[in-house]
Amino acid sequence: MSRRYAYYPGCSGQGTSREYDSSTRAMCQELGFELIDIPDWNCCGSTPAHAVDHLLSASLVARNLAIAEDMDVEGIVTPCPSCLKNLKTSQHRMLRPEFHQEVQRVLGRAVRADLPIKSVLQVLVEDRGIGWIAQQATAPLTGLKVVPYYGCIMNRPPDVMRFDDPENPMALDNLLTAIGAEVLPFALKTDCCGASLGTTRRDVVARLSGRVLDAAAAAGADAIVTACPLCQMNLDMRQAQINKANGSSHRLPVFYYSQLIMLATGQQGERVGLDKLCVSPFSLLESLGPQAGEVRS
Amino acid sequence: MNIGVFVCHCGSNIAGTVDTVAVAKAALAYPEVVFATDTMYACSEPGQAGIIEAVQKYELDGVVVASCTPRMHEATFRRTVERAGLNRYMFEMANIREHVSWIGKDKDANTNKAAELVHIAVEKLRRNTELTAGEFTINKRVMVIGGGVAGIQAALDCADGGLEVVLVEREPSIGGKMSKLDKTFPTVDCSSCILGPRMVDIAQNPNITLYTLSEVESVDGFVGNFDVKVRRKAAYVDWTLCTGCGECAAKCPSKKTPDRFNEFIGKTTAINIPFPQAIPKKASINAAACLMLTKGKCGACVKACPAGAIQFKQEDEIVTEQVGAVIVATGYDLFDFTQYGEYGGGRYPDVITSMQYERLLSASGPTEGHIKRPSDGKEPKDIVFIQCVGSRDKSIGRPYCSGFCCMYTAKQTILTKDHLPESQSYVFYMDIRSPGKGYDEFIRRAMEEYGARYIRGRVSAIQPKNGRYLIKGVNTLMGDQVEIEADLVVLAVGAEAAKGAPQLAEKLRISYDTYGFYMEGHPKLKPVETNTAGIYLAGSCQGPKDIPSSVAQGGAAASKVLGLFSKDKLASDPQVSSVSLQRCIGCAKCQSVCPFGAIEMTQFRGMTKASVIATVCQGCGNCTSACPQGAIQLSHFTDNQILAEVHALCPY
Repeated sequence: MSRRYAYYPGCSGQGTSREYDSSTRAMCQELGFELIDIPDWNCCGSTPAHAVDHLLSASLVARNLAIAEDMDVEGIVTPCPSCLKNLKTSQHRMLRPEFHQEVQRVLGRAVRADLPIKSVLQVLVEDRGIGWIAQQATAPLTGLKVVPYYGCIMNRPPDVMRFDDPENPMALDNLLTAIGAEVLPFALKTDCCGASLGTTRRDVVARLSGRVLDAAAAAGADAIVTACPLCQMNLDMRQAQINKANGSSHRLPVFYYSQLIMLATGQQGERVGLDKLCVSPFSLLESLGPQAGEVRS
Repeated sequence: MNIGVFVCHCGSNIAGTVDTVAVAKAALAYPEVVFATDTMYACSEPGQAGIIEAVQKYELDGVVVASCTPRMHEATFRRTVERAGLNRYMFEMANIREHVSWIGKDKDANTNKAAELVHIAVEKLRRNTELTAGEFTINKRVMVIGGGVAGIQAALDCADGGLEVVLVEREPSIGGKMSKLDKTFPTVDCSSCILGPRMVDIAQNPNITLYTLSEVESVDGFVGNFDVKVRRKAAYVDWTLCTGCGECAAKCPSKKTPDRFNEFIGKTTAINIPFPQAIPKKASINAAACLMLTKGKCGACVKACPAGAIQFKQEDEIVTEQVGAVIVATGYDLFDFTQYGEYGGGRYPDVITSMQYERLLSASGPTEGHIKRPSDGKEPKDIVFIQCVGSRDKSIGRPYCSGFCCMYTAKQTILTKDHLPESQSYVFYMDIRSPGKGYDEFIRRAMEEYGARYIRGRVSAIQPKNGRYLIKGVNTLMGDQVEIEADLVVLAVGAEAAKGAPQLAEKLRISYDTYGFYMEGHPKLKPVETNTAGIYLAGSCQGPKDIPSSVAQGGAAASKVLGLFSKDKLASDPQVSSVSLQRCIGCAKCQSVCPFGAIEMTQFRGMTKASVIATVCQGCGNCTSACPQGAIQLSHFTDNQILAEVHALCPY
């Protein structure tokens, strides 16, 4: 049974996290989700919009919601927690009738703002179930020691996001266990990586992301698994910078969970996008055994 | 009938939004009202004198006072009219304060409503009859529920006053929370050294019957004559034989039984005496952990017991006690911190509660008074204390301050330094609340002499790091983030209502607040009374309290009971139901709705008729509503009186 969702790719998916976008699309196809791109979608406004003007932020979001409302779908999904937070927060704010009307005035059209908005991770866990996903893992990632890193906004604020525990989320833990990985306890799973301060205050990212890397290594992880493009970028692309700033020498691959699900269901190739990762995961994957090792080809 | 009406200003409380002169003027138009006036404070000495003077001057037969709620001053004015030579029931009160002036700002509307309420009272008063109170004898025994420090004080004071006392305690030993504490603030004296002798006094006082491992099952009756059923739970040990030698516990193979007394730090045996000073010092078996009771084989304790006291077949026993008053002293429980994910939600072994830390500090605790981390038994060096865990937090439904956590945290930092001179304590706090004799000085001592570092701010996360814990928080005085690495984290968990408190309240027919704490009769003037006659409160069941306050309340409750019992008979309220034999058809509907068992069915010339036991009737009026014949009437609230009130309001 296929489920139809409107897909909001987010701008990172067009650039820095192409492999997240492509592996998410491929994963959803394999697991029976029909993702239909919201036609002519626009940017959610990201941090700058809501930092200066809630009306601007909500209006940017509402345009996407309005288009999706014409699409005959169950809801809207996005892989990016930051987009998710903007979509859901704006929807939440539009529960206030005056604000809702104001947004419609700016937009020049009606928007109900009542479609369910969820992360891809949430629909995976809720629509399909962990047990079912475990059955699809024909090439389980046995021997891969990972820590799940949810980032700071996937589950927060809890009243708006309404998914998993805000302090100790377990969705990713359970999912990764289901596909055969060894998931280690990780206290920093919802800590901040430094987020967009990577462009303005690299020292902050070096400290905060450095901590996440230190803790992952101390826990004995071979790799970190994320569900957020910005977290992944800070931990992966900036890992060398962080090493330099902190005098550390981490070489921890930082996967998107969608990439690992693809591997565990026996999928490989360009859609998985492992070659896009800055810290190469190939020697790690080869060390796991012949099956996983074939991914390089 | 000559009726006088007195409209009270209550200073500006009523007069501010009600035209009291106009109300008095309106009252003169009501039937049989021969005198009406407004008065500054009707309840004051001159106010009452004015009523008496008017009664005599105008030969009044009844009085209406339009003022406040009858709760406080109905009794006052009944005495006033009695002093004026009238029957005390020839009096009615119209509540124009709580029902009018305090809730509405429209003066015209308020004045109209006040006048209508006076009219209602006048119409009722016209149909009042003189009533005379009877008397009933009282049972001068008292039950104290809860054997913590408040209950112990209440029981001892009652017993010293010559009363027979039944003390009921849920746990195997009395002592309550105080018996788990190592030291007490602000004197840092040994808790069990000051409590222990009191506990022994309970055991040795011939006036006190002690039921531990027991709970109140049901409460029937009324002030002076309660019947309380107490469930004495099976201890599986015959306490008349048990000498408290402890041989059984030494031989018990179930050595991994969760230790309730030690707050689940460390383990105990399935059969045990909870702590060395326990009263009674008798063994009892934790049925869930006992091999014999769960699997049917073992019996090591039977072989070990020199007195032959073990009885695996023992069952719960219900005993009924007749008492004239009940003091409720059921205490509090500690907030379950695991709902705070940021403190680890209970996943980290070295993040413990303040009460668990108290057991670590105690010489009779699981570590014999050595501070050791539960995870690895190592001595901690850096210890972080977090205050207000489960207090003053609306998000988890605990908006109130638990009151004693600031003080016990300071005490714990002092004891920590005494135990481990090389250690460093850090305290995250929101505000320091230390009103009390010597309390703020004590906090200063912790800071200044014992070097506890106080950080004003909340903790956002506790994370394990290299075998220690990283505590992340904010310092709101510095406007900065703080991070502290510590070996042990102690959470100052707040107080909440004792488990089962609302259920007990239902049995006792007393009220409780949103959080399950019992409601006192009046927040200022009746701090140990309840709204149910003969039931009194002591200690933290009424709200979180420290030891001195609990002891004071225990004594206060005892003095109330002694005062009640200073009379041999109590006046019964004559506002009770009675049956008209001609009208009664013997359907027994009244009997089925009576919550007090005050109605019995009797035979009268071969016919079944209802009959009211006047001393049991509480005047609730259920029976009068249920009676299809109007045969049962509540004196002072007859159907005719109530209809007259309605007609006064809706004349058309």
